[in-house]
Amino acid sequence: MKIASILTTPGEWLSPHGGDHPIVISSRVRLARNLAKLPFPGWAKKAERIRILDEIKPVVDGLEQMRDCFSEQLNELSAVEKQVLVERHLISREHAAKGIGSAVVINPTQTLSIMVNEEDHLRMQAISSGLDLQKTFRAIDNIDSALEAHLDFAFDPRLGYLTACPTNVGTGIRASAMVHLPGLVLSEQINQVVNSVNKIGLAVRGLYGEGTEAMGNLFQVSNQTTLGENESQIIDRLNKVIETLIQRENQARENLLATKRTMLMDQVGRAYGILTHAYSVSSKEALNLLSVMRLGIDLGFFPEEGRVIINSLLMETQPAHLQLQSQQKLAAEERDSLRADIVRGKLRSFSKPNKNKLSGGQTAGPASETQ
Amino acid sequence: MVCDVCKTNTATVYLTQIVDGNMKKINLCESCSKDKGVSDPTGFALADLLLGLGETQQVEQATPTEHCPVCGFTQADFKKTGRLGCSECYKTFSEGLGSLIKAMHKGTKHTGKIPARLFRDMMRSDRLNELKRSLEEAVSKEDYESAATIRDEIRNLESEV
Repeated sequence: MKIASILTTPGEWLSPHGGDHPIVISSRVRLARNLAKLPFPGWAKKAERIRILDEIKPVVDGLEQMRDCFSEQLNELSAVEKQVLVERHLISREHAAKGIGSAVVINPTQTLSIMVNEEDHLRMQAISSGLDLQKTFRAIDNIDSALEAHLDFAFDPRLGYLTACPTNVGTGIRASAMVHLPGLVLSEQINQVVNSVNKIGLAVRGLYGEGTEAMGNLFQVSNQTTLGENESQIIDRLNKVIETLIQRENQARENLLATKRTMLMDQVGRAYGILTHAYSVSSKEALNLLSVMRLGIDLGFFPEEGRVIINSLLMETQPAHLQLQSQQKLAAEERDSLRADIVRGKLRSFSKPNKNKLSGGQTAGPASETQ
Repeated sequence: MVCDVCKTNTATVYLTQIVDGNMKKINLCESCSKDKGVSDPTGFALADLLLGLGETQQVEQATPTEHCPVCGFTQADFKKTGRLGCSECYKTFSEGLGSLIKAMHKGTKHTGKIPARLFRDMMRSDRLNELKRSLEEAVSKEDYESAATIRDEIRNLESEV
């Protein structure tokens, strides 16, 4: 399978077959594994990395689940192609910086991605849309068991699976969910919520941006510890916290509808207005406005059919995705202009926000008021 | 009061963490607190991790020139990168790593998945021990018929290895 087909088809987790979860965008489970007694990728010399790659890659390529997969060494991919894979959450930023001696193997539906020689010899992940951590874990657990039948994994009975960084030792699992929390952000409860999640021992990171500047109201919630608990316990805890987050987010949205309806309509109206008329939109602005559009769909301002369009725009408006569409190297302004063109085009089918269609709410203001 | 992480600057940020009734206090200077994202709720790591990082500075005083026999990694290398050289490093540096791992995680013993081959080996050795006990019992009861059957089963299992 060639990179072109990966790049032109959205991953299954981005355009799911039956409606997606309004708040949880995707669930991901990653396992870290290493071969016994061989130097970890960060310490191994180039020749050793290549030798380890040659040992691991054929086994990965041969997996049943990886039939017809996309399988490339990283030095064969251009910087833009690698960046697109990062934007799709198929490889990490760290992996994109690698070249010879590292590889990535991705299945046709883009729900499984296996990195060879990232921080560990093997970083395998399964990703699915909505909240289904158990199913996602089972998928990657099967891959792990299939690989382990042919490879000698570094394992200690007391410490568990041995990893390059002690923070991953034991189960080597990082389970995470990407959540969309515009209600909590708009009602200024997000910091308090993030702090309480941290206290339980889970990490909350803004998906883009530095520090507290969480762009697009998107956050990634994940476990921090990997030793001392088994995989089910870690996943259960994450699940419970996410369910609480969903409740809190829904409450925040209801509250806003009840007490700050005008502010909401204003936000949605402005997002719609700018995205349908602007000729230059930065990636940060696009993320934030698309987030508000998504909220608009959740609240009933826009029809449900619009969700797929917004989801695909979230991916298409990212820098490397834009660059891929053009033959010459684009400067920042050219990207901003191309981004605006794509957004205007895709949103042509969107009619103006309809405040009479608010879910669960009665119309605000006099019935004769024109839109 | 001196910063707990860099041990040089004066501490101006006082962090108290209470988890499950256990209280931990850390004192940080302005720059270390920015580095570790203490003022930033989304970047904030567990206080335990901060304490753990402070501990690597004690670890290096133990045996600074010790090399991992398989990959040649040293504790100085670990301090520089925060990562190890190979799986054998966990044995080589087990003393220093012990307290670090304890501070980082919820427990010090792995309770999750075990590679299938290892699991089978464990099951087999458990079964062998069980059979040997039964054999002793049968012999002491002078039940030589059962003893012979058990002895054959033991031979079978042992030849599987």
